[in-house]
Amino acid sequence: MAAEPWQTAEIPGPKKALVVTKPEVVAAMIKKAKHPILVVGHKAVETELDKKKLIDLMIELAKKAKIPVVATAHIISEFHKRKYKPAGFMPVVDIGNRLVDAEWSGIDGKGPHDLALFVGLPYYMEWTILSGLKHFAPNLKTITLDNVYHPHASWSFPNTSVKDWVENLRVIIEKFEEGGK
Amino acid sequence: MSKKGVNIKIDELKTDVGFIKNLQLSFGKLVAETWTEPMGPTPFPSLTALREWDFKLLQRYKPFYLPYCDVCCLCTFGKCDLTGDKRGACGINMSAQQSRIVLLACCIGAATHIGHARHLLEHLIEKFGHNYPLDVGGLNIKVEAPVTRLVCGVKPETLGDLEEVLDYVETQVTHLLSVAHTGQEGSNLDFESKVLHAGMVDHVGMEVADIAQIAAYGFPKADPEAPLVDLGYGTINVEKPVILCIGHNVVPSIGIIDYMKDNGHDGEIEVCGLCCTAHDITRYYKRGKIIGPISWQLRFIRSGVPDVVVLDEQCVRADSFFEAQRIKAPVIVASEKNCMGLPNRTNDPADAIVEDLLNGKAPGALILDPEKVGEVAVKLALKVAPLRKKFKVIPEVDEVIQRAKECRQCNDCRRACPQDLHIPEAIKAAATGNLAKLADLYELCVGCGRCEHACPVGLTVHSFIVKAGEKKLKEETYKVRAGRGAIQDVEIRNVGSPIVLGEIPGVVAVVGCSNYPKGGQEVAEICTEFANRRFIVVTSGCSAMSAAMYKNEEGKTPYEYFTGEFTSGCLVNVGSCVSNSHIAGAAIKIANIFAKRNLRANYEEIADYILNRVGAVGVAWGAYSQKAASIASGFWRLGVPVIVGPHGIKYRRMLLGRADREEDWYVYDARTGEKVYVGPTPEHLFYTAETKEEAMVMIAKLCMRPNDTMKGRAIKLTHYIDLHKRLYGTMPEDIHLFVRTIADVPVTMKDEIVKILEEKGWKETVIPDPTLLPRLIRKKKE
Repeated sequence: MAAEPWQTAEIPGPKKALVVTKPEVVAAMIKKAKHPILVVGHKAVETELDKKKLIDLMIELAKKAKIPVVATAHIISEFHKRKYKPAGFMPVVDIGNRLVDAEWSGIDGKGPHDLALFVGLPYYMEWTILSGLKHFAPNLKTITLDNVYHPHASWSFPNTSVKDWVENLRVIIEKFEEGGK
Repeated sequence: MSKKGVNIKIDELKTDVGFIKNLQLSFGKLVAETWTEPMGPTPFPSLTALREWDFKLLQRYKPFYLPYCDVCCLCTFGKCDLTGDKRGACGINMSAQQSRIVLLACCIGAATHIGHARHLLEHLIEKFGHNYPLDVGGLNIKVEAPVTRLVCGVKPETLGDLEEVLDYVETQVTHLLSVAHTGQEGSNLDFESKVLHAGMVDHVGMEVADIAQIAAYGFPKADPEAPLVDLGYGTINVEKPVILCIGHNVVPSIGIIDYMKDNGHDGEIEVCGLCCTAHDITRYYKRGKIIGPISWQLRFIRSGVPDVVVLDEQCVRADSFFEAQRIKAPVIVASEKNCMGLPNRTNDPADAIVEDLLNGKAPGALILDPEKVGEVAVKLALKVAPLRKKFKVIPEVDEVIQRAKECRQCNDCRRACPQDLHIPEAIKAAATGNLAKLADLYELCVGCGRCEHACPVGLTVHSFIVKAGEKKLKEETYKVRAGRGAIQDVEIRNVGSPIVLGEIPGVVAVVGCSNYPKGGQEVAEICTEFANRRFIVVTSGCSAMSAAMYKNEEGKTPYEYFTGEFTSGCLVNVGSCVSNSHIAGAAIKIANIFAKRNLRANYEEIADYILNRVGAVGVAWGAYSQKAASIASGFWRLGVPVIVGPHGIKYRRMLLGRADREEDWYVYDARTGEKVYVGPTPEHLFYTAETKEEAMVMIAKLCMRPNDTMKGRAIKLTHYIDLHKRLYGTMPEDIHLFVRTIADVPVTMKDEIVKILEEKGWKETVIPDPTLLPRLIRKKKE
């Protein structure tokens, strides 16, 4: 599908996300980042992909790419059930609010983040948070790992089928299996 | 009431009849001053009178902006690209532009309530006179207008006294709206201060509207035992003629009810309502029925049940006239704010209007005389109902199945749906004869109808969903307590101490519209959870209706098994949107009646008191309107945090505290002048939650206040931790920020928590007499 916002009325303005056509690019950007962060919303628990939940794929990615994870809403227990301890859990507006603060020392205290990946939030929440970051976090790049186009991100996949989405995520994860960070 | 009317001063005037020198005349109020309380520092505050207070709040709760888009398109200099730190042609930047939009929204909201109040008051004065007394609760309510007293410094005693209060708020809204003009305010923080001002005057306007109608129409007067009334589609007797009223201004509905009663038709006709008019109908007329919140408009009109549709003002779907035409129900529009393009028939004889609407000469009429609305609506309903029997627009099941086969699975409906409902899958199943998936969407659908407008083959998707959920729709029979109005002074006295000391864990006000993320059930769950936990739970507006649409195992709704008294473990419906002022009023009265703080024009001190001591939280789980925005901003200025549901993030900015910044959480100890760290209490002022679970944990957390006693803090921590463990499956990570002394720790969790405190390097601190206002320090530190 074309790189059009998933919700038809979500028209961003002059600055729109660059379209990720190859998932390898995302892996390369994660590798290039000094201190990335992965924000996982509650829909990651509700979304089933290829007999796995989205949250399981994110845990796999986070472990292999060594990205600190923030769980939003109430899904921290879902990570714990899977024996994975995220770097933090907090409401999505809180993590957004901290990411616009250039002096914030990061979710793990290791300094400001230069790349934030988002996945699994309600579409309209993700677009507004990404918009806040686009305008008020000039030093931060953002990528959405959802299968819908998010115009306020720095980079986004276009609207894609679930099948292609799984494939894209698999490719990203495999890139780390091949080379690691 | 002390404010005078018109003053004329003539120094010199020469006329044919003589020479006048030094003449002074006063017209208007000559009412003796009966309120002996000394005047506070901010009567009738101007735009900047409370700016310092606002900046204290905004310093702690800094705005986090979430723009809808990158551009400003308000003037013809633009469009302007404001991406990042760019400035537009007028010089404005993105932060200021976003807060300007918030200000515009709040001005719209405030103007809506205030305009409503003005119309209502003019009508009531015409009918009952200027000197009609403002009795809103007899001896139980001595502070009849806490918000007005606090803001304006006047004590209204009659309907006429309220006119001057409205003069003030109307002036303020005009000034505020002018601030949003191109080339005015340039600072986002000053815009934000004005947002708070808009919210404050909105609460005054709401209070004026509600106390006027309570007094004049004899609505329940602060009555904890206001009657239980019917709610839901299933409560309507479709065998009778049905008049449906939609909107917020009850005056035309009262015209209908009065005409019906006066002419012997009481009981012959069903008078029902959608949105806040419905609340006010049932406050006036026990046989009145509430269909449901605003989101039920489309589904109820399409059901074909209404025989006559009467539209007043606010929250009326702009296409309701067209929808009514589809079911051949004549429409009466009754507000000059909502004329729907219909001819003005106000001066025509009622029978002539009835005849024209009955024989189809005209599909609707604008009637600006509420008594005439009553006569026309009743006569028309009696005549039109027999002609409309068996009329339906909701398609039959066979038709749904047949039409579903036309679906191209293009996804346009889903992409237009604000809830991202999986409509294409449900239509696909329907095409095979299985309507179960469509039925599942019924409770999640917010009734906006965007799906239908998006459909390239013209499927009436919303009607399909309603047809599939028809069984649920018809079973909607609930009880809600009619809006009781204000909280009694004695109730405030009874709960003031335990609220302020923290022994009642909090006051949760579940208010607002019905833009719920997962249906109205979540509102009922939130109310029930906190009432069961012995919080004080109050509701209003559409949320009050949604809270009723849930039954326990015994078939009872929450209003039937929780008390209507304002006390621990209650569920109190104050009434319609304008009744929200009673919730703010209750918080103000705690400071005034329980703590004996002067009320009169003493806004900062009362707000400081509420922020630091009254554990109240507003929850607007489905907030979407501009009125919801201004209501919320009135609560913020008073120091009451507000949580909105996920769609609330589209209000474009949040007011968020930073728990990790210790420097933000110091207050003065009024006893000594020392600055004391009190932890992030309350952590946020405006906050959007992604899920119901997150909201519930945050409600418990935001009820904590610096003034909590040790016992009170332990109770509040117990609820916070318990909810966190149950809904998050883990201990909160910030407990150490809320424990001041070991005595704050809940006894049952002592070992576990002390271990956490040790790991976090926690240090004991003191519990101050908290204030943010240096002038309230009793003994200044040298």
